[in-house]
Amino acid sequence: MKTSIGNRRKKTNFSEILRRLSKNKLAMIGLVVIICLFLMAIFANLIIPYDYSKQDYSAVLQKPSREHLFGTDELGRDVFSRVVYGTRYSLRMGLLTVAVAAVLGTLLGSFAGFYGGAVDNILMRILDIFQSIPILVFAIILAAALGPGLNNAIIAMGVSTMPLYARLIRASIMQEEGNEYVEAAKAINASDMRILFRHVLPNAISPMIIHITMSIGYSILVASTLSFLGLGAQPPTPEWGAILSEGRNHMRDHGYLLFYPGMMIMISVLSFNLLGDGLRDALDPRLKGN
Amino acid sequence: MNKYIEVKNLKKYFPVPKGQLHAVDDVSFSIEEGKTLGVVGESGCGKSTLGRLILHLLEATDGEILLRGEDITHVKKKRLKELRETMQIIFQDPFSSLNPRMTVEQLVSEPLKIKGGFSKEAIQKATAEIMEIVGIPERMRICYPHELDGGRRQRVGIARALILNPEFIVCDEPVSALDVSIQAQILNLMQDLQEQRHLTYIFITHDLSVVRYLSHFIIVMYLGQVVEQAPSEEIFENPMHPYTQVLISAIPMPDIHNKADRIIVHGELSSPVNPKPGCRFYLRCPYATEVCQQPQIMKEVSPGHFVLCVRAEKIVNNSMP
Repeated sequence: MKTSIGNRRKKTNFSEILRRLSKNKLAMIGLVVIICLFLMAIFANLIIPYDYSKQDYSAVLQKPSREHLFGTDELGRDVFSRVVYGTRYSLRMGLLTVAVAAVLGTLLGSFAGFYGGAVDNILMRILDIFQSIPILVFAIILAAALGPGLNNAIIAMGVSTMPLYARLIRASIMQEEGNEYVEAAKAINASDMRILFRHVLPNAISPMIIHITMSIGYSILVASTLSFLGLGAQPPTPEWGAILSEGRNHMRDHGYLLFYPGMMIMISVLSFNLLGDGLRDALDPRLKGN
Repeated sequence: MNKYIEVKNLKKYFPVPKGQLHAVDDVSFSIEEGKTLGVVGESGCGKSTLGRLILHLLEATDGEILLRGEDITHVKKKRLKELRETMQIIFQDPFSSLNPRMTVEQLVSEPLKIKGGFSKEAIQKATAEIMEIVGIPERMRICYPHELDGGRRQRVGIARALILNPEFIVCDEPVSALDVSIQAQILNLMQDLQEQRHLTYIFITHDLSVVRYLSHFIIVMYLGQVVEQAPSEEIFENPMHPYTQVLISAIPMPDIHNKADRIIVHGELSSPVNPKPGCRFYLRCPYATEVCQQPQIMKEVSPGHFVLCVRAEKIVNNSMP
């Protein structure tokens, strides 16, 4: 009895957000494309007609045709297979980067905002140093220092975008802390950790959810950039940025080598941004004013 | 006389850019077990700070707080935990003192969960019991605070304070955010609870008609100082300090034929930052003379009735018709 009522309540809350989101056409387009991308990543093995790393020297640099939908590259690999399979790597890099940045940023920002004073000062000055270097440059430096590779690129990007998350969460923690319920929790002996993670953080986290969705697109972009520069995915890994990088020698005569992976990057970034915009409006209807 | 809480020369100064803000300045009083002490004063006079000092939500700058004779001004973490189970607080604003992300049941049971050592069933049972006592319908268990009206929210606040079975509760303007009709309900509830559970209250308010209804003993605060303290009836019958007289004359009278003689004070509240010695009401007091600029001493004018005003007796005698 109790659980059934409890569940119904939660559903109505959630469905209300979904309903508002579903009214936003652009966000729904974004969502559909994102779902397609995920399906593509999951079923990549079933979709691709050729092994993404199989070289065929009898068919190098072919124009798009029925056998090779997106053509072939200088080693005779099927670009369609590579692009489809690359969805796995690009999405993974985008999502994991954001996860690393969000977790690190939330922890640092929470402690800085919650404890204030010296803790806040020290943490924030460290973040200032981080932020004085442009994100991309910083990510490149870190990735170069850690050595090329997917995981290192994820760490590098996560750490370099983390200050944005930390500042966001710090500001909303400080705002929430002024509320009397924090003092009320202290009065019933709640520990600092309980106050922070049970009381303050859940109330301060909503700007974060929006920022996360908005950042996935950007992370995919940065991931591609790093791979393009040779610091991310290593050949023959078909990450989109890496495919671009390999194709750039033939840019003038074989534009399709760059067109398709570039298109995929653009579509996925755009979709995540559209969904993020829609989610922001759905979660906080006050912002839109309708 | 069984003193439950005794406060001696309690001080709390906040450092501000211009100096020290004297929020609570040399406050002394005591409360008997099972009784209610009303703390009255205008906004910013330090009455809420006083309540928070006793509960250690703020650390005192100086002075002593005694609980049944035990000095609890500076206590270790472990003892503080025990103390907070016997001393609780009800907050002024039930809109911001309840975490909006927690349901009524979670809010009410939280103190037990933090204390630990109870089974799930025991917590559930205790929560249901206390909700019934404070009058929250059981079906509201799964509601969030924003779904409740002000009175019910304050009941949730009261339930949270009561669930650990405290002996002493600081009520920080518990009804000032509520409608008048609901104020009476909450006050009655609090009075019933006091009788049933033998609670000791500190009742902080700016509403004199409320303290008169509830308190056995009253202290009047002005700019961090206690200016007058006396048993409840005594202070209403025989107010000695000019400030108390002003406050009492401001109580609305439900009688159109018998207009009260309002005493209107002029001038501004002087600053609590680095206050001058001498009477703090000096600038606004209609009876002020030069002697008032000397430091004032608490005087007992009749048994149990203390006033911080050198001219109190003269003023009272002169103003008598």
